[in-house]
Amino acid sequence: MLTTSPAFKDNAHRALGDPVLQRALALLKTGFHERRQRAVDRLPEFDALRDAAKAIKDHTLAHLDWYLERFEVNCRAAGGQVHWCRTPEEARQTVLALCRRFNARTATKGKTMIAEEIGLNEFLEENGVEPVETDLGEYIIQLRHEAPSHIIAPAIHLTRTEVAETFRAAHTDLDPARPLDEPRALVAEARARLRQRFLDADVGITGANFLIAETGSSVIVTNEGNGDLTQLLPKAHIVLASLEKVVPTAEDLAVILRVLARSATGQDMSVYTTVSTGPKRPSDLDGPGEYHVVLLDNGRSELLGSEFQEILRCIRCGACMNNCPVYGAIGGHAYGWVYPGPMGAVLTPALIGIEHAGHLPNASTFCGKCESVCTMHIPLPKLMRHWREREYERKLSPRTMRAGLKLWAFLAKRPALYHALTGFAAKLLAALGRRHGSFYNLPLAGGWTATREMPAPQGKTFREQWRERQHNAGTAR
Amino acid sequence: MTDSAATSSKDRPRVGLFVTCLVDLFRPSIGFAAVKLLEQAGCTVEVPEQTCCGQPAYNSGDRVDAKALARRTIAAFEPYDYVVAPSGSCGGMLKEHYPQLLADEPEWGLRAKELATRTYELIAFLYDVRGMRSVAARCTGTATYHDACSGLRELNVRDQPRALLALVAGLRLVELPGAETCCGFGGTFCVKYPEISDRMVAAKAEDVVKTGADLLLAGDLGCLMNMAGKLKRDGHQVAVRHIAEVLAGDLDTPPIAAAKAKG
Repeated sequence: MLTTSPAFKDNAHRALGDPVLQRALALLKTGFHERRQRAVDRLPEFDALRDAAKAIKDHTLAHLDWYLERFEVNCRAAGGQVHWCRTPEEARQTVLALCRRFNARTATKGKTMIAEEIGLNEFLEENGVEPVETDLGEYIIQLRHEAPSHIIAPAIHLTRTEVAETFRAAHTDLDPARPLDEPRALVAEARARLRQRFLDADVGITGANFLIAETGSSVIVTNEGNGDLTQLLPKAHIVLASLEKVVPTAEDLAVILRVLARSATGQDMSVYTTVSTGPKRPSDLDGPGEYHVVLLDNGRSELLGSEFQEILRCIRCGACMNNCPVYGAIGGHAYGWVYPGPMGAVLTPALIGIEHAGHLPNASTFCGKCESVCTMHIPLPKLMRHWREREYERKLSPRTMRAGLKLWAFLAKRPALYHALTGFAAKLLAALGRRHGSFYNLPLAGGWTATREMPAPQGKTFREQWRERQHNAGTAR
Repeated sequence: MTDSAATSSKDRPRVGLFVTCLVDLFRPSIGFAAVKLLEQAGCTVEVPEQTCCGQPAYNSGDRVDAKALARRTIAAFEPYDYVVAPSGSCGGMLKEHYPQLLADEPEWGLRAKELATRTYELIAFLYDVRGMRSVAARCTGTATYHDACSGLRELNVRDQPRALLALVAGLRLVELPGAETCCGFGGTFCVKYPEISDRMVAAKAEDVVKTGADLLLAGDLGCLMNMAGKLKRDGHQVAVRHIAEVLAGDLDTPPIAAAKAKG
């Protein structure tokens, strides 16, 4: 997927002025945000489970090579195949080669962020394979030629009205006057459209929320059932998964599942949790003839052992973005690549380079809300700060910012000079701002004063007043 | 501990006040309110030589300068029994981040860790460490309280300010919906991404106005300046103050961003 992350500021500007997006984002608060909190409150052992889930992922990441090899061995034993892909290009070619082997004209797709990461849809279209998104949100944005704006709710930037308009524009064979006001009507229409596509598809592509090393299985967690039809009906099921999705055992999976849906949608469990192990066996009533797992690295193995390793614990629940005030203000598209919000601000620079994604870890107040809700206790602000350090070391941050910072640091390390200057500035600004108590306009603070007053200092600095006080106390004695 | 034991006792600890650069420059009255409260709580307050905790450098990726400032601050405050800051942000920097920042330096790492155990945000110190359970101040009106992020999430400052405000005679405290949501200040964030910052503080100002409170309180001057600046620009008459000013009974000083009272 192409990135617009370098244009983050422009993206954010547009997002802030987009009334549809702003209406949609207003629903985030009452939707995900509060539902998660209620789900957490219902489960007294939530935090203990969270700690256990974190420990499982930490252990797995410490032995990732071993668990991946176990996964491959067990997947093959169950009749599946594993394709190791270092780059997006290798992954795309692998998927295309499989589609060609099955003479695929259409491929149904369940939700997969890895497909977004490798730009799979465009690539398949260019090569004569039609990708058909079957997740409702993904289906909507495919019709609109948009990218997902959220990792679990891809069309969250839209409201019902836009979805109805999109359906009317796309499904021209249906009665234009049909009522589409209710979500139920929209779902029914999408379901009816997709039914035949499921039956026609030659290949079904899904993501994987987890891979289980001990059984060689892949696991998807969904609410619509589209994933099951995608992977069961076609001749082949292709799973796209990144390396860090593996967990050791089904028991480990059970622990993580107990926190995943609660953190994501506030459900105790999602409606469907589907475990796939190999292709259809002779005794099975249905299932795909072949089962392939495309394992993508795309730079993740380089994060192992680095200061960014902890982001590999992420299970993509989306709680960080649901609770992020910056995401809440600008939505997901402004981030300019596949993964938005706090987890994206850490992962994106690793996958596309900090030179392209520098804005993402900078556009955070470090309010810490994301870390406080992160199921996996990922210290997201700390990792964003590490990216700022990399950026600073490589002199990628804006020159004016670095120069200003250097000057400030120079002064802060020289208290006498620092106090002389701050003492002067405080008195000057206090005199200028005396009448109003604040500034409507202030040089070098234009970003601030464009929309808010800059409070004026009171006069003498604390240090000056404190010294006077000490002096007076001394003479009085 | 070093020679501080000579002049401090368990009953009357010596507190080194970390004034914070914003309080020093913009609103010294918060510093004096802090001094008054600490003295009421039975402490001897001193103000050692200081500039800034280094947070701007630290959060901009400049570890070298951040470390240099951290070492200076640690050296300056080590002689005291406690370090107290009228800010969760700067307090969090000293308590949570110095040990991480200096973790790879054997000597300074240990000194940072040791000092962190004696470092507190003002209100938490008064309530948790000094056991303050009575407040002499009086303040008529309705106040609401914003939980500044660093104090809340790094230092667990949440119940202490509410408990102390409940003891202020004449004051009615109404909860601010979304009190724990960031106001959009974020240090350099408000300068780097002013549009996003403005949207966040606009939402905050709206929430504040909806409470009907005539006084907005918080424990961090950066956040307070941001919210006060927005409320004033949008024409709202809500007075904005640091919580320490109210607890210390200093209501003569004009609120943040307000014009001096005439006469």
